[in-house]
Amino acid sequence: MSEPFRIAGTKGRPMRFVFDGIAYQGRAGDTLASALLANGVHLVGRSYKYHRPRGILSAGAEEPNALVAVTRGPGRMTPNLRATQVELFDGLTASSQNCWPSLAFDAGAINDLAGKFFSAGFYYKTFMGPKAAGSALWTKVFEPIVRQAAGLGARTTEPDPDRYAQFHAHCDVLICGAGPAGIAAALAAGQSGKDVILCDEQAELGGSLLHEATAGIDGKPARDWLAGALAELRSFANVRLMPRTQAFGYYAQNFVALSERVADHLPEMPEGARERLWQVRAKEVVIATGAIERPLVFPGNDRPGVMLAEAARLYLNRHGVKVGSRVVIVTAHDSAYRVALDLAAAGTTVAAIVDTRANPPAARLEEARNAGLRVVTSGTVIGTRGRLRVSSVGIAVVTGGVVGQPEWLACDAVLMSGGWTPSVHLYSQSRGKVVWSEDRQMFLPGVSVQAERSAGACKGTFALSEILKEGYRAGEEASGTARHRDFSVSGDSGTEGGMMGRLPRPAGGKGKAFVDFQNDVKADDIDLAVQEGMRSIEHVKRYTTTGMATDQGKTSNLNALAVAADRLGKSIPQVGLTTFRQPYTPVTFGAFAGANRGDLFDPVRQTPIHSWAAENGAAFEDVGIWKRAWYFPRAGEDMHKAVLRECRQARATAGIFDASTLGKIEVVGPDAAAFMEKLYTNPWAKLEPGRCRYGLMLNEAGFVIDDGVIARMADDRFHVTTTTGGAPRVLHHMEDYLQTEFPELKVWLTSTTEQWAVIAVQGPKAREIIAPLVNGIDLSKDAMPHMSIREGMVCGVPARVMRVSFTGEPGFEINVPADYGRSVWEAVWAEGRKFDAVAYGTEAMHVMRAEKGYIIIGQETDGTVTPDDLGLNWAIGKAKKDFVGKRSLIRPDMVVEGRKQLVGLLTENPATVLEEGAQITAGATPATGTRALGHVTSSYESPALGRSIALALVADGRKRMGETLYVPMPGGAIAVKIVAPVFVDPKGDRINE
Amino acid sequence: MLLIRCPYCEMDRPELEFRYGGEAHVARPPDPMATTDEEWAEYLYFRSNPRGLHAERWRHIHGCGRFFNCIRDTVSDRITLTYKAGEARPTLDKGAA
Amino acid sequence: MSETGSMVDHAGMPASRHGPLDGLSLPGQTDFSVSRAVHAARFILRGESIHVSAFGPEVPDRLRASTAGSRAALWLGPDEFLLLAPGEDAEAIRNTLKPSLPAASTALVDVSHRQIGLTLEGRLAARCLSAGCPLDLGLASFPIGMATRTIYLKTEIVLWRQGDARFHVEVWRSFAPYLVGHLADALRGTNGL
Repeated sequence: MSEPFRIAGTKGRPMRFVFDGIAYQGRAGDTLASALLANGVHLVGRSYKYHRPRGILSAGAEEPNALVAVTRGPGRMTPNLRATQVELFDGLTASSQNCWPSLAFDAGAINDLAGKFFSAGFYYKTFMGPKAAGSALWTKVFEPIVRQAAGLGARTTEPDPDRYAQFHAHCDVLICGAGPAGIAAALAAGQSGKDVILCDEQAELGGSLLHEATAGIDGKPARDWLAGALAELRSFANVRLMPRTQAFGYYAQNFVALSERVADHLPEMPEGARERLWQVRAKEVVIATGAIERPLVFPGNDRPGVMLAEAARLYLNRHGVKVGSRVVIVTAHDSAYRVALDLAAAGTTVAAIVDTRANPPAARLEEARNAGLRVVTSGTVIGTRGRLRVSSVGIAVVTGGVVGQPEWLACDAVLMSGGWTPSVHLYSQSRGKVVWSEDRQMFLPGVSVQAERSAGACKGTFALSEILKEGYRAGEEASGTARHRDFSVSGDSGTEGGMMGRLPRPAGGKGKAFVDFQNDVKADDIDLAVQEGMRSIEHVKRYTTTGMATDQGKTSNLNALAVAADRLGKSIPQVGLTTFRQPYTPVTFGAFAGANRGDLFDPVRQTPIHSWAAENGAAFEDVGIWKRAWYFPRAGEDMHKAVLRECRQARATAGIFDASTLGKIEVVGPDAAAFMEKLYTNPWAKLEPGRCRYGLMLNEAGFVIDDGVIARMADDRFHVTTTTGGAPRVLHHMEDYLQTEFPELKVWLTSTTEQWAVIAVQGPKAREIIAPLVNGIDLSKDAMPHMSIREGMVCGVPARVMRVSFTGEPGFEINVPADYGRSVWEAVWAEGRKFDAVAYGTEAMHVMRAEKGYIIIGQETDGTVTPDDLGLNWAIGKAKKDFVGKRSLIRPDMVVEGRKQLVGLLTENPATVLEEGAQITAGATPATGTRALGHVTSSYESPALGRSIALALVADGRKRMGETLYVPMPGGAIAVKIVAPVFVDPKGDRINE
Repeated sequence: MLLIRCPYCEMDRPELEFRYGGEAHVARPPDPMATTDEEWAEYLYFRSNPRGLHAERWRHIHGCGRFFNCIRDTVSDRITLTYKAGEARPTLDKGAA
Repeated sequence: MSETGSMVDHAGMPASRHGPLDGLSLPGQTDFSVSRAVHAARFILRGESIHVSAFGPEVPDRLRASTAGSRAALWLGPDEFLLLAPGEDAEAIRNTLKPSLPAASTALVDVSHRQIGLTLEGRLAARCLSAGCPLDLGLASFPIGMATRTIYLKTEIVLWRQGDARFHVEVWRSFAPYLVGHLADALRGTNGL
């Protein structure tokens, strides 16, 4: 409760939080990491493979160790959050991961001793080949271990109750990162009046300025200057400040994805969004993403209490938290000296600064001496001790490449700095090629590929005065302005030094020196990978999994690369750098899904008659994104019974069917018929207005792609219907030919699918049912024969009435403007009830059309079926010189013997209903490898025939009438007889009634 | 998501509004029935599939509805220029991309 | 929300209208509201070098809408326009406009029931639209009077800016509940904006 490591007088409202079941106190403004450290808690997790105790390494997004799960009630458990980024709120409940039964005693730590099993390439070596996968060794030993160890964290199984929003945004200048470079860039761009977005992943904008206690800017302490700069930025109406917002992906044409944590820091989840995903299109981008401090690679560098040096300074200056009472600093870079000075000034004992360099800059040594600090030069670390927390560190001096006798220094924290790695992630994602700087020993942004520029530490600029200048210049450039502004900086610290790879070690020195903390990859693993033949860093990465964890190797990639290069005896650029991929930090699935879930995942298209069907108990099926009434079960009926009843009654008196989903296209213009001649196989020129024709559409390759009844309304106007699913495709196909192949034709296309509600009335009583509702149309058989269309009034509404049939019964389809659909349907229904008519759904429609041998696109066709295959040669205008697909119909493959043709099938046992898609063979017990003769395309129990029927595509089917073939099934082959594909009224007497 | 300049709208528009339409300048033979099987197969099935600049069809299907042509680099995915359907393919030297 | 009214004929019973948003509640806050637009008669006019003086507003320039009184013509493509008018004008438009157009070079199709019109208003209207529409809806890029067909997530819309904070949206009827559902959801995701 007492926050023993919090400096007395630290401001901030006290807050309670729970970690692994223990209650602690923190302060407003804390991260979970700083609050834990204030309470002296370093041990926060167990490592991935070896289950080694791990502590907080860093203070930012790069954190590899301190992964925690935050729980906020059912469905609100978020795993794998970096404790260094989790903002504290009153009541926060978090837990460590990857340990069982407890963090302090983890049974999985046995893996640490069994470490040999988990060396580099473990996965490849152990599980190679089918034998390994099925072996007892696998099932009994490895699988349980791997399952136990695999993955980081656990997930919740409850649905996520939170809301995730997504917005597109556009701006003139997007600045990623609000450290000194980003702030300076925003000051410049803000003054230009351009639309500016400044985003930063932290809750507070300012980056390193937030914990800068030494330097001053423009005569003010850095923090005061920052407050002034932020006030200035807030005064610009054209500048949008976005804290808690991570730019995680840079895509083509300055398309940058940001994820905003809106509510994770609030004790109560608000009504609105928890997170927002921003898809930003920026005219110009300033990348000001800073740099990440590199760990040093020495044995025991993963022990809790071993941290990055600057992180300790941040915790001290920003949160008033001392990471230890007695620290040893190990560094290859100047920047750790200011850490030592700040800690010493705050009363922490700095036992020594161990500098790996033989000759650190004199100014650094003087600073240390003035503060009374011991500096060891040419130093190295040979190991650390301590069970769950570092208790001492073994240091030694390297002379002529030889590591001297170790000296063990007692301490409770080791602060390390290998120097700084510029965060070139976004630049690299923008497709820019990073360039290796030999003298600076770092990868830096190269030539810009997109409209972006880097500024500050991410460009390798580390002196604060230079960072501000460069940032401001970047802001000017991005906003197209030039108003110079100078920044005077005092107390800037040194920027020299840096190293990569392992620290010098004594001959035969042992101990696990970690390169990748999150994936538990040791320097020795990299050595082994190289020894086993991996040459490129891409291979080393995959073999060892270095850099492949959720932190994507932010702290480890350069060290891994250096170890590999050293072992290979090559330079770093020769070994290569792995690709930086999006996202920079993990993004929740919720943010990507946004509102696209549940009812809003896809549009759910409903017809104007849908509500009536729902009220009358219809079961619905999905047809594309349409909901269609499938069948209308009555009390006690299952689907089977309902469908049989619907079919029988439709053929007995009448059935009423909602056909509104059929695609409709109005083809209008003086060349309408000429256009139809080109797009459909049929002849259209002589079709009289008022008449309909079944139209067949092919693609250029000659295969059937759509069909439908087409009505000629006038010389220059066709009412085209398409399949339900084909509507957009057919219109696109028509527009394609019209715009690009036949642009000379004067004809225009308009989709009218949703203009019309379509009510089909089918059956011997159809005419009698609709007659009382129709005005202005002579419905008599002679005046309105099968395949005709009339315009008139139905229920007082202007309507197009077609006499068409998809059942074999005489039938009408009433098209009325959609808003009237339900009302007209009800009127038809009321009339229909007088004849015991039924409402039928798509299943009965399918059965009845199959009884009549009518095809369904996508069922009898699959993109390889020609008109002749379907027996539809009658629908081809033989005299036509050209139509789309015509030339292909005479290609050799299209006229060859043996093509599959549409036939009917009758099973020997009339009760057997075949399975759609089942294969058809000549013999009852075909040998393995026998080619099927064809397959079942449609299969139903036919109420009209009182037995099962099927349609099929069978090789040379029309020559096989009367033959018996077989449908082999798991329960034995089913004998089938080939028959003509029309089962009901083949002569068409009924339809013309 | 790419931005594509629609030559009819004369405006850069988001890729989501467009649909790809395959290689451009593959003209349908004026009299298909007069072609040999080989010529027809060539028209139907054979495409250049270049590495580098590719002339291709796009349609601003959720915008003005027009088909147009575009020169896109198949390596970098960058669109060099777009032009109206029916216009000749512009001559571009490789360096221009 | 439904468009009321019915057409009475001497034969048969009068049919009444039911819209796709009947029974759905629409966002109605000050910052963002969605309401059914007045236009209920709609025609797609396609063709070359069109003049529609018989309609009212002349056909607009590229990506623009032109208005005269309560009638509007929106540019959808080089040969495609959407004509909008109050519902009661439908019959008059059919009777006057169609005969005035040259049949050899134009096509007029009634799509009054194909889609519905919505008015989106309020400080957050552009923001809520930008939840699903990838276009830059800033006033400089999408000024008042601009109109275009575009997309909103998985549905196509026609978007017409009528004011700083006022848009007219046309959407096909079966997609309307999806659009409205997402707009309402987008509003809920604007907390703090």
